[in-house]
Amino acid sequence: MTDTEHVEAPGVPALAEPAAPLAGRRREVLHFALRNRKVVGGSVVILAFLLLGLVAPLFTDHGPNEYVGPPSAPPSADYWFGTTTFGQDVFLQFANGIRSTFVVGLLGGGLAGVIGMTVGFVAGYRGGLVDELLNMLTNIVLVLPALAVLIILHAYVGITSVPMQALFIGLFSWPWVARAVRAQTFSIRSREFVDLARLSGMRPLAVIRREIAPNMSSYLFMTFILLFGGAVLMAATLDFIGLGPTDVVSLGLMMNSAVHWSALHLGLWWWFVPPGAAITAIVGALYVMNVGLDEVFNPKLREM
Amino acid sequence: MTLEVEDLRVHYRTLRGDVKALDGVSFSVADGEIMGVVGESGCGKSTLGKSLVRLDNRMKHVGGSITLDGASLPIADDRAMNRFRFKSVSVIPQYAMSALNPTRRIGRLVADLLAAHGISYAATLPELTRRLRLVGLPERVLENYPIELSGGMKQRVVLVLSTLCDPALLVADEVTSALDVSTQRAVAETLVEFRDRGYVRSMLVVTHDISLVYQIADTIMVMYAGRLAEKAPSDVVVTEPLHPYTQLLIGALPEVGARFSERRLTGIPGRPPGLRNPPQGCRFRARCPLAFDKCAEQPPFVEVATNHRVACWKAGS
Amino acid sequence: MLRFEAVWKTYRLGAFGTRELTAVRDVSLEVARGEVVSLIGESGSGKTTIGRMALGLAAPTRGRITFDDVPVAGLRGRALRGYHRQVQGVFQDPFSTFNPVFKADRVFALVRDGFFPSVPAAQWRQRVEDALEGVRLEPADVLHKYPHQLSGGQLQRMLIARALLLDIRLLVADEIISMLDASTRIDVLNLLGELKAKGLGVLFVTHDLALGTYISDRTVILRAGEVVESGPTEEVFAQPRHEYTRNLLAAVPHLHTRWNEPVK
Repeated sequence: MTDTEHVEAPGVPALAEPAAPLAGRRREVLHFALRNRKVVGGSVVILAFLLLGLVAPLFTDHGPNEYVGPPSAPPSADYWFGTTTFGQDVFLQFANGIRSTFVVGLLGGGLAGVIGMTVGFVAGYRGGLVDELLNMLTNIVLVLPALAVLIILHAYVGITSVPMQALFIGLFSWPWVARAVRAQTFSIRSREFVDLARLSGMRPLAVIRREIAPNMSSYLFMTFILLFGGAVLMAATLDFIGLGPTDVVSLGLMMNSAVHWSALHLGLWWWFVPPGAAITAIVGALYVMNVGLDEVFNPKLREM
Repeated sequence: MTLEVEDLRVHYRTLRGDVKALDGVSFSVADGEIMGVVGESGCGKSTLGKSLVRLDNRMKHVGGSITLDGASLPIADDRAMNRFRFKSVSVIPQYAMSALNPTRRIGRLVADLLAAHGISYAATLPELTRRLRLVGLPERVLENYPIELSGGMKQRVVLVLSTLCDPALLVADEVTSALDVSTQRAVAETLVEFRDRGYVRSMLVVTHDISLVYQIADTIMVMYAGRLAEKAPSDVVVTEPLHPYTQLLIGALPEVGARFSERRLTGIPGRPPGLRNPPQGCRFRARCPLAFDKCAEQPPFVEVATNHRVACWKAGS
Repeated sequence: MLRFEAVWKTYRLGAFGTRELTAVRDVSLEVARGEVVSLIGESGSGKTTIGRMALGLAAPTRGRITFDDVPVAGLRGRALRGYHRQVQGVFQDPFSTFNPVFKADRVFALVRDGFFPSVPAAQWRQRVEDALEGVRLEPADVLHKYPHQLSGGQLQRMLIARALLLDIRLLVADEIISMLDASTRIDVLNLLGELKAKGLGVLFVTHDLALGTYISDRTVILRAGEVVESGPTEEVFAQPRHEYTRNLLAAVPHLHTRWNEPVK
């Protein structure tokens, strides 16, 4: 299924295709994307967070969970975001948390995206018995209580690292993507340009990749955003009930431990506001980007 | 006189500027008259139909007046128009058939519609069923969901519904276009029958199909690029048109039995002008084989014979 | 060239194909070189399905479809590609035949990708321009534009030009002018007439009887998947033998004759 995997990546630029028209289109999408304020603004926010998560931890020799300062100190020049009840540096936790949040979001959301889109495209395009079988599989996974399964899985296998957590989350959050992509594919498949592509000698996988997927690119990106956010939240939930990887930090874990240690009552707002704001800002920025990309991908909206 | 339209101007707002969809249109429709409004896509015929009933939020009334039975229609005021809609002027919009809510039974749809206009469903029911039977539909269609009816049946339901209050004017926009040939004829003939029975006094039938509207209309009005080109009794439009556009358009229509090998018909070269910045003078000038210097000036829409109006410098001279 | 022999097409519907819908029943027809055959029917008559089967986009459930005596249904890969070099289609809705997210001239690039990958770019551009001129389009007017910036007539002619880039011998034209304005549809019909004179076979699928007669040599009338009448176009229209054909003809709106008047 190497052909459909390209589709997973957010947005069209990753739909690698050597053919001239698509390369031209990619250049054009880029051209309009760079002139779209929503796309540029959203990307700047995401990249800023990503950069912070990647770079900030490099400038310290402490681990994020080490007790380095006075307990419950408000933000200061030494501790930008203050410290926790135990004297941990909130900024350090924050920067590391962003890192694992991106890992969980990208890996978990990416995996769910790949599975969901593969199943959805194949089921929607092929139809018939293939569709019936894939649909059955989708429905089975859909009705599984993902959280309960993850708890059981953890009990037997153990979740030892962030990527592993992401893998498990990805394996259980794809069904709605498959259903949505299938429905869209189904309606696009009956459009006449699909027939024309077949008359031009295109094979099914090429038709999906080059004709159908580009029509859904903004939709696929939106899907990825939701999966990203869903994976982040699911990871936070798992972390909170003690099923997360132990010696790392995530934004979800920060918020939950803040709540756990009554940061709200003690007035330690600097403990839970940054991670909360970061999750909101990241998901929000992705959303704004999506609206902008819709204008970029749709040549009709471009002129409005 | 049922309807009088005077110098009507309606624009569409777009981000690249106003599209002058109707640019000074004047005509009148007499009591009992069925008027066909024909033209190519984008000529403003649907805009004209909509303007008489409801302007959507992209449309802007720029000038001109509409008078129905002596009362002026406040078309720019959506609220004030409510008093007239459905009761004195009714519309069957394009794609009305597919716009029926698929989750509601027909009867329920009718009840909702009537309630919205403050009319009792129970009191109207006998007349409703009588009219449904008249168009060949049994009373039990009211129990059906829209999906259970064929295109022709749905179109007849919509027709009965929109004329339930015996409106003075019905605007029917492309009501037969999506139908099969045989159903098309049945629906078109129902339009005439409704007029004959007085369920609706006058009618504007908006369509791209001249052959069809010729079958039922008393008068045909030809539109081109937001203006009126010609208006005459339908026989005159089809057999002795005076505007070069009408002549070319009629000449481009193949009839059953016309053969490519025997007589080649020709289309009209070129395209209608864009209506954001329409050209000065006659809008058909660029495509017109008869165009001359004077066409740079806009020709007036004048009566050249009884009930025959044309906007062309060459006509009637 | 193209021959349908007792072709049936049944679709399976519902869960695991428990219900069946027969779209085409026992249809036999033939299109010869330089011949236009009109396939006339109302909605649900199976005419589009027949067109799709002729193009190899759908396989018949029963019966045989052959092109130059080679069965079409079994063609795969290279052989199917070879078939599409000779047999191409143009469909009803020009705006749906062009992928809206790409520029309209991509349809030409796809033909090059699929059939002529070794033709140099400059030479290909020349061929495209020649094909466009062949359908009387000015290349500068239509190249590098999005479908919504072009008119329906321009798009349909581009699709015919696309088919002409291949060495086609048969064109399946499925309702290709029903969405066009009256002033341009006749141009597309005339174009088909000229191509026919050069030896192209055309399967002209339509619901409009007037358009069906204009260029066709033979006419096939369909109802509910079955052929009710077929024969030379003049004969079918002048002396219809089947009652369905007569009713259909009676319902056609003529330009100079009203429904309740006798046809002149």
